Amino acid sequence: MADREGPLLRIEAAAKRFGAHAAVDGVSLDLAAGEFFCLLGPSGCGKSTLLRLVAGFESLDAGRILLEGEDLASLPPHRRPVNMMFQSYALFPHLSVAGNLAYGLKGLGLSRTEIAGRIEKLLGLVRLDGLGGRRPDTLSGGQRQRVALARALAREPKVLLLDEPLGALDRSLREETQGELRALQRRLGAAFVVVTHDPAEAMALADRIGVMEAGRLVQCGSAAALYERPASRYVAGLLGDVNLIPGCLGAVSDGLASVETALGPFRGRAPEVDLGEGAAVLLAVRPERIAPATAGEGLSATLVETTFLGERVRRSLRLPDGTLLRTSTPAGAAATGWPEPGGSLHLRWPPDAATILPA
Amino acid sequence: MSALTRTALGLGLAFLYAPILVLVAYSFNASALVTVWGGFSTRWYATLIADGPLIAAAWTSLKVALASAAIATGLGTLAALALERHGRFAGRGLFTGLVYAPMVMPEVITGLSLLLLFVGIGLDRGLFAIVVAHATFGTGFVAVIVAARLRGLDRSLEEAAADLGAAPARVFASVTLPLIAPSVAAGFLLAFTLSLDDLVIASFVAGPGATTLPMRLYSQVRLGVNPEINAASTLLLATAGVLVLTATWLTGRRTVA
Repeated sequence: MADREGPLLRIEAAAKRFGAHAAVDGVSLDLAAGEFFCLLGPSGCGKSTLLRLVAGFESLDAGRILLEGEDLASLPPHRRPVNMMFQSYALFPHLSVAGNLAYGLKGLGLSRTEIAGRIEKLLGLVRLDGLGGRRPDTLSGGQRQRVALARALAREPKVLLLDEPLGALDRSLREETQGELRALQRRLGAAFVVVTHDPAEAMALADRIGVMEAGRLVQCGSAAALYERPASRYVAGLLGDVNLIPGCLGAVSDGLASVETALGPFRGRAPEVDLGEGAAVLLAVRPERIAPATAGEGLSATLVETTFLGERVRRSLRLPDGTLLRTSTPAGAAATGWPEPGGSLHLRWPPDAATILPA
Repeated sequence: MSALTRTALGLGLAFLYAPILVLVAYSFNASALVTVWGGFSTRWYATLIADGPLIAAAWTSLKVALASAAIATGLGTLAALALERHGRFAGRGLFTGLVYAPMVMPEVITGLSLLLLFVGIGLDRGLFAIVVAHATFGTGFVAVIVAARLRGLDRSLEEAAADLGAAPARVFASVTLPLIAPSVAAGFLLAFTLSLDDLVIASFVAGPGATTLPMRLYSQVRLGVNPEINAASTLLLATAGVLVLTATWLTGRRTVA
């Protein structure tokens, strides 16, 4: 076996072009054994192409993909120890559910009884006991999704690639299935790589999220890290609502920096890369980090609108220069400090709740 | 549907099918005179069965149709796979044109060019030459039908098979072929029918030894039409009709099972 010290899957400067379009543009990524990784980005950002490069359906123009230290370049798809669950499920319509599950088990040198036993276990794993004899077109959408998942798991891959695995399910089923997928991955201990365009799904599923934009991996980290410390305006906006105040970068000290804005000076978490003093920046503040302050401190504002959203209350506030800020507070929390619409108040947020982003 | 369109449709259908209906009706004519109705009878069908040369020609036609359709199905399916599953290889456009050209080429030209080719390479005219000639244009039809099916087939099915460890040959045998089988069968039936119906190309390459059913009928008509010809034509028509309808039905099916 190759070295067990390194990452399970290593992608080095992978690049793939389709004509003039760079679908994947120099992506590097390490995946640890047992990790649940999510590739997040809008359609056309190259996340599915990256998955297909790992599965072997596309060939790299540049870079390398290593599994346990072994270069996969020379291996055609049917020899790669990874499996894929397709967005369309790609269930074989002419085979029964059991036939679909058995497809990948043939050629592994298993006896008929061993194959039958494995199929029973797989059906149990995805709670489809007793449905082995059914044709895929007689199953519901949720059942077909689980057959596709079980089929992809049949060969016990080291890395399971899932292309929008929950994309075709309706919303309530999707949330339920997220939990199941997560529990299944924990139980099997295999590394999962999920491609999704849904930030909420990525946050619900993954240990680590890689955000892709125009073929490049722009930021990688846990959901909390990406949410609290986005590296760009794109990542900040993708993972949730954010208030952006334009300004000019001042001095940096102790990880905090000052920003000169039209509303006065602010402090915020300094950007990871050194932008240099005077650079145009954005101060990013999540709506739930903004709270009312006692008069005399903070920023004066006028409440424009209060919207009750069930578990949260969203408020829209106008600042003296006309900028609108959005805040979000738990609905059950005391309404102290918040005036009626039209009233004025002062706002504040802790300096480490604000992130400074390149403009 | 307005009265006008209904009339137009009626006239159009009459224009297309009236001659055929007349032929079918007269095949059941008791009279030996083609143009005089003498009451219903199936006697010409009995005469037909006893007509040795005609039955021999029918056997020749069946053998030619089976052999040429089998060859056309094999080659046409391979051509369709090359066109739909092997990306944009060099010469793909030219290859597409060459596969489809025999379908629109005037039969006289196809027949003449094949005759010149066979004479040139020293292939004797006869049964084998007709089989080769019919396989040539049948291939194009099979390729068109199978290629349409392949275009509509989700690529990820074949990718999923490969992903699950199947080598290309197993992917084809266990996934691609079962899913395109209805179209392959439809292509076979169409090639079979076209071969059965062909007169022009067969006339060029048949030679004295092999006479197909359409050739036999045509040569008899030149000596004068008799109701036996009508009966034979009706049977040929029915066979072709059933085969084409079966082919159409198969094309609309998702799987063979």
